Amino acid sequence: MMTIELEQHIDPTLIPILETVSDPEIPVLSIMDMGVVRSAQIEDDVAKITITPTYSGCPAMDVIGDDITTAFAKENIKAKVSLVLSPAWTTDWITPRGREALEKYGIAAPLNEEADKEALLGGKKIVKCPQCGSINTKMISQFGSTACKALFQCNDCLEPFDYFKCLK
Amino acid sequence: MKNENKIQYIYGIADNALILGQRLSELCGHGPNLETDIAMTNMALDLLGQTRSYYQYVAQLSGEDKTEDDIAFLRTERQYKNVLLVEQPNRHFGYVIARQFFFDAFHLLVLEELQNSTDQTLAAIAKKGIKEVSYHQRFSSDWIKRLGDGTEESHQKVQEAVDDLWRYTDELFHITDDDKIAIENEIGVNTVAFREKYDQIIREVLEEATITIPETKWFQKGGKQGIHSEHMGYLLSDLQYMQRTYPNMKW
Repeated sequence: MMTIELEQHIDPTLIPILETVSDPEIPVLSIMDMGVVRSAQIEDDVAKITITPTYSGCPAMDVIGDDITTAFAKENIKAKVSLVLSPAWTTDWITPRGREALEKYGIAAPLNEEADKEALLGGKKIVKCPQCGSINTKMISQFGSTACKALFQCNDCLEPFDYFKCLK
Repeated sequence: MKNENKIQYIYGIADNALILGQRLSELCGHGPNLETDIAMTNMALDLLGQTRSYYQYVAQLSGEDKTEDDIAFLRTERQYKNVLLVEQPNRHFGYVIARQFFFDAFHLLVLEELQNSTDQTLAAIAKKGIKEVSYHQRFSSDWIKRLGDGTEESHQKVQEAVDDLWRYTDELFHITDDDKIAIENEIGVNTVAFREKYDQIIREVLEEATITIPETKWFQKGGKQGIHSEHMGYLLSDLQYMQRTYPNMKW
């Protein structure tokens, strides 16, 4: 287990392969847009990839690791995937394209830290419903269908939806 | 610092997460309503994820051909170093919340200190965990207030749970010999240093929840030495069943 990887080092030629791998829980989001890939380099003909978990217990990590190995195998490249814990993943690493994909998929993208607190703790109506765009929404539960999400409901269109919690 | 001491020190932190994670997992599908059910299994997942990081590190430190699964599933009862608090059974929702509340406040304070450990792996696991555990603390504190300041029945149930679990809270601050060595080597956390802060957090929330703080000075300890309550054996038989029945099985 490798635990620290201070800066992101990604070989640009490997990006197209990495972009074919998505989060199994959120299939519209590639792992690149998710910001979980910390490094990707070819060393001695082996692609060495390090990824960082969104949450410690995120069950998607094992699947993502396997999916990366499979994606590289398709290109006849051997890949070795390891996990890094530090620096810890933050929702700031989700790319603008990733945020857009989340919204389209029906998951409200994370607000900034302060607004997130106001939404989750102060009950302030600022989380936008991804279905109808209304901000007349309410939190149903701080914990949603996965550890990274909270459950909301829109008071206008009445649809429940997930909000991706801000993690700093 | 010898690896063996460090491993024992890590057990003192990691086993709490494993055992409480197991207790919360038992509630999967049995929560009082869907939202709280999901919340508690979410917290279980966080705790088990943290446990995995600690145990992977222990496996690496042990230098033997061990895996995280061996450490989680194949130790005997006395080799688990969790506090008695986390192994207490899920009597009812109020009890689960009270147990969680007493532990979360402590857990967060531990991780906030552990992130400054000179051991970089432990510091990294702690930094990651803080983000998760602050959510847990928020959840359990909110529920303590809601139940304590709720109906007559919910108040009474939480009051009884607090009275019952209070005896296990002192052990959180018990320093073992391995803790002492870890603190001297600036790897471990001196829990005594934030005892007052802990007491204050607990007091403030309980007061807001209109819960009376127990006055008893009699406390139970032993878990950190591996001497557990009668509930632990049942918990472990459940936890270890698959690995004992089908040795080396993998998901």
